[in-house]
Amino acid sequence: MYNKGTIIPGLIIFVLFVTFPIWFNGLKAGTLPKPELPPGGEKKCVESVEYMRANHMQLLNEWRDNVLRDGNRTVVTVEGKDYRKGLQLACMQCHSNKEKFCDSCHTYAAVKPYCWDCHLSPKEAVSKEETH
Amino acid sequence: MKYAFSFLAVIALILIAGLGSQVPGMQYFFGVAIPYLAMMLFVGGFVYRVTQWAKSPVPFSIPTTCGQGASLDFIKQDKLDCPTKTSEVVARMFLEIFLFRSLFRNTKSEIHDGPKITYESSKWLWLFGLLFHYSFLLIVIRHMRLFVDPIPFWLSAIESVDSMLQIGAPTLYLSSVTLLGGLLLLFGRRLVNRHVRYISLNNDYFPLVLIFAIGVTGILMRYFLRTNIDIINIKNLAMGLVTFSPVINVKIGAIFYIHLFLVSTLLAYFPFSKLMHMGGVFMSPTRNMANNSRAKRHINPWNDPAIKPHSYAGYEDEFREFMVDAGIPVEKELSATKDEA
Repeated sequence: MYNKGTIIPGLIIFVLFVTFPIWFNGLKAGTLPKPELPPGGEKKCVESVEYMRANHMQLLNEWRDNVLRDGNRTVVTVEGKDYRKGLQLACMQCHSNKEKFCDSCHTYAAVKPYCWDCHLSPKEAVSKEETH
Repeated sequence: MKYAFSFLAVIALILIAGLGSQVPGMQYFFGVAIPYLAMMLFVGGFVYRVTQWAKSPVPFSIPTTCGQGASLDFIKQDKLDCPTKTSEVVARMFLEIFLFRSLFRNTKSEIHDGPKITYESSKWLWLFGLLFHYSFLLIVIRHMRLFVDPIPFWLSAIESVDSMLQIGAPTLYLSSVTLLGGLLLLFGRRLVNRHVRYISLNNDYFPLVLIFAIGVTGILMRYFLRTNIDIINIKNLAMGLVTFSPVINVKIGAIFYIHLFLVSTLLAYFPFSKLMHMGGVFMSPTRNMANNSRAKRHINPWNDPAIKPHSYAGYEDEFREFMVDAGIPVEKELSATKDEA
C-alpha cells in the first residue's frame, strides 16, 4: 500500500464520520419519552390517539389557517363536546402541562414548533399575569 | 430508452419493501437485518475499494496541468492549476472537493457553419452538481437527529436553518426541495444534452432514480402518508440500531420501510458503483500530485531494484566486438581496447 501516512488516517476519519451515532451515544439508547396524560383525567380528544400522534401538527396548522387567515372560528364538536379551535382554547385545556406533554416528545425528536413564538404555555401565562 | 431499466429496478425495490414489510414477522428483516447488512457492505466495501486503490502504483507523475507551471522568476506561476508545493496541492484539492472547481471550467463544443468550432462555457453541470451534493449532505446530517440522544445544539441549529421558511406543518425543509430539483436537472441534462445522452449508461441513471425515489418517499412520509408514522417510534428503532439493541414493537407505516429499504440499497450499492467518487476524489493522481517532476524525481514503484541502469558506454563495452563485426560505428575502437587489455 502506497501513501499509508495519509490514506490510513483518511480512512479512520471516514469510519468515524460514518459511525458517528454509535460512538456519540456510547451505546445508550436513552429513554423513550412518556407524555403526561391530561391531569384532569379526560379520556376523549378531537381524534383518536393514533391520529393525534401522527397528525396533530397538521390539524393545528389547519386550525391556525382557519382562524387567523380565514376568520373561521367554527366550533368543532366531537361526540357532543365542543372544542374551540385553538391551542390554548382546546388542547391546553386538558393537556395543561406544556413541559411534560408537548416538550417531552418534541425534545426527543428535536422538533421546535413555532407555536410558542406567539402562544404562552399555561405556566408562562400565570407568571405573566402575576407581573402585571 | 436506456433509462427504463433504472425505473423498473427502483419500482421493483419499492414493491419488495412495500409488500414485504406488511408480511407479519418481516418487519425485523426490513427494519433491522437489511439496514445492518447494508451498513456493513457500505463501510467494508468503501474501505476495501480505497485500500485497493492505495495498493495500485502510480508509475508516472501525472498531475493535470491547466495553467502556467513554475518557471523563471519573471513568469507568473498559476499556483492552483499547476501546483508545485504540497500546500498548493491542498488548496487545489480543497476547492475541488468543496466547490467542484474543475466542473466550473466545463466547456461545450459546437460546430457552426463555416465550418467553425466554438467552445462555450457551460456551468450547468457545476451548478446542478453543487445544488445536489450540498442538499444531500445537509439531509444526511439532518437525519442524525433520529440517531442521537440528547441532540447536540449544532444539529438543532442546522435543522432550524433548513426549515427557516416555516412552510406548513411539519415544516418544509429547503434541502428536500433543492435535492429533488438538483436531481431533476442532473437527470434532465442526461436526456437533453446529446453528447451526455450518448455516453450515459444504466449505472448513470440508476443512482439518480434511486436517490430521487429516496427523496420522494421521505417527503411522502413526512407530509402526506402519515398513517402510523410516529416519529417517536421511528427514532426508537433508529436509536436501537445504533446501540445494537433494536426493537420493533409497534406498527410502522409501509412508506417508512420503503424509504429505509431504498436507503439500504443505496448504501449497499455505493462501494461498487460510480458513487465511489466520494472516496475517489481524494485518490485521484491527476489532482493530488504536485507538478514538480523536474525538481523531484518520481520513482516508478514498478521498477525492479535488481535491474541496474545500463549506460551506453557499458552497452558498447558489452557488445563492441559484435558491433564492429556488423559495421556499426563505435566510440572506442576495438583495437584500442584490445591493446589496453
